[in-house]
Amino acid sequence: MMPASDKFFHHCLDVFLVVTLIVVVIPLWSTITQSFRPNTFIGSNLEGMFLPPWKWSTAAYHALLGNNGFLLAFTNSLKILIFGVATSLLLTIPMAYCLSIKTLPGRKLLTIFVLLPYLFNVGLIPSYLVISGIGLTNHLAAIFLPSAISTYNCLIMRGFFEGIPEELKESARIDGAPEWYVLVRIILPLSKPIILTIGLYYGVSFWNDFLHAMLYLNENSLQPLPILLRNILIASGMNEFVEVNAFGDAPISAIKAASVFMSAIPMIIAYPFIQKYFTKGTLLGSVKG
Amino acid sequence: MTKRTVAKGKLWDEIKHHRSIYAILIIPAVYYFIFKYLPIWNGQIAFKDFTALSGVMGSPWCGLKNFVDFFHSFYFWELLRNTLFYSFGKLLVSVPLSIILSVVLYESQRKYLRSIVQTLTYLPHFLSWVIMYGILLVLLAPGDGVVNDIIKACGGQPVPFLTDTKAFPWIVILSDAWKEMGWSAIIFIAALMAIDPSLYEAAMVEGATAFQRTMNITLPSIRPVIYMVVLLKLGTILDAGFNQMFMLYSVPVYSVGDIIDTWVYRQGLLEFQFSLATAVGIFKGIIGLLLITISNQLVKRMSDSSIL
Repeated sequence: MMPASDKFFHHCLDVFLVVTLIVVVIPLWSTITQSFRPNTFIGSNLEGMFLPPWKWSTAAYHALLGNNGFLLAFTNSLKILIFGVATSLLLTIPMAYCLSIKTLPGRKLLTIFVLLPYLFNVGLIPSYLVISGIGLTNHLAAIFLPSAISTYNCLIMRGFFEGIPEELKESARIDGAPEWYVLVRIILPLSKPIILTIGLYYGVSFWNDFLHAMLYLNENSLQPLPILLRNILIASGMNEFVEVNAFGDAPISAIKAASVFMSAIPMIIAYPFIQKYFTKGTLLGSVKG
Repeated sequence: MTKRTVAKGKLWDEIKHHRSIYAILIIPAVYYFIFKYLPIWNGQIAFKDFTALSGVMGSPWCGLKNFVDFFHSFYFWELLRNTLFYSFGKLLVSVPLSIILSVVLYESQRKYLRSIVQTLTYLPHFLSWVIMYGILLVLLAPGDGVVNDIIKACGGQPVPFLTDTKAFPWIVILSDAWKEMGWSAIIFIAALMAIDPSLYEAAMVEGATAFQRTMNITLPSIRPVIYMVVLLKLGTILDAGFNQMFMLYSVPVYSVGDIIDTWVYRQGLLEFQFSLATAVGIFKGIIGLLLITISNQLVKRMSDSSIL
């Protein structure tokens, strides 16, 4: 039997959770409902939040999916996502593995080599000079190559690799296996959670990148989704960035909300699948790191 | 003498044994030279009068002129004030919120409610600030935003939240808290999971109420983690959130919204003041390096003597 004071305490917890839930859901819900708002709807956006689903209209989504500019931006973003995650993992995994080998001569030096630029950040302009200097301007690679190894992700991964029992690695080494073999046959099969987690982190950062795209991609045909999304959002009456006719007869506010939702969709779809890994992965990584 | 040669021989053997490791290190190392060390090398233009025509090496040295110019400009104090205001504001709002959230999630006995809240509060962390800007427009637009609808329904005057110098700082701090609260709670949840359950059993035998158990067992147990999180945040105090500010601010709120990073961006890439912008970047980099080193040392010292 729970004492009365404990009951009250648990009621307070419930209230806090419900309030949190409402605070998190309202912004998401108002955006989603606005994207399904029919052209014929009269009333405030507040009233629109309570419009029953059978009165919703998918006109905004039809308009977006029928728009070549939107599809092109979506494809560009997908390309950046896929090539970016692949490049990042191919570069980060070896680096993290090398850092995790305790017997490697020069390990300390290597750690300093990796940490120094992470701790001493000289800012935007010097990197801009490098990236435009080596001719990455107007290449999709300009989005993912400069941040292909995130030192933070690399250190989390190193922590995970260090946590893999030494005996497993030693048994392979005693058999005379070279180090790359240990990495490919012993370490990688055990590292699914951390690879998925770090892959997700990279994927999110590339999908969401705005700054690099703004700095280095000047051609319209290369623009990724965040740039187009911002152009749609700041276009009050749909000006030179976005032609109004291109989107049919859906209300402009619905187009804006629908493009917000469409930009978030890949994250929302991938999220539940990887959610169970990221808590596990980061925890294991951070405990050691 | 002999001992040393033996050691040397051993080292050589070790290096030889690891040669395939050095081989797989080559590409990431080259990557680091190009994308992480070349920028540091280019940082020298902070001490030069850089023009694109003469290049990094060809531009003439000018000593500390760029730094002096910045410290004497009237922007300096405004930028520093805004940057520190947002960093501390976010720290003061979102750290307590995420601690409370993690403790409530940990103490709650409603399994489904708990996992729904957990899943939904993590989600916004994965949304970009462009998307957040879209959501904020739906909520806060002066004409037809949901919040202004509510204000109007209650008989008030609509507020132009994103262009009003009084409301804007709150929007920045609260939208950041909304986006990151759940994600920042993860580290506290992890610490809570490690608490020894026998502590609670002992307290229950002694007749402690649930509230007393929370105050006297749960919170003290995660105190080291709280210190650690706060210290590490203090180490990056000059990063007030470029992506967020860049999306949300506009000319009417520059006076309260401009932070060091947004100013560097505008000076460097819109006004082409490469050297001045780099000097500011380096100034920020040096302070950042000092702070992060100090806070890291403190975390290390603390975690030796504390429960962690």
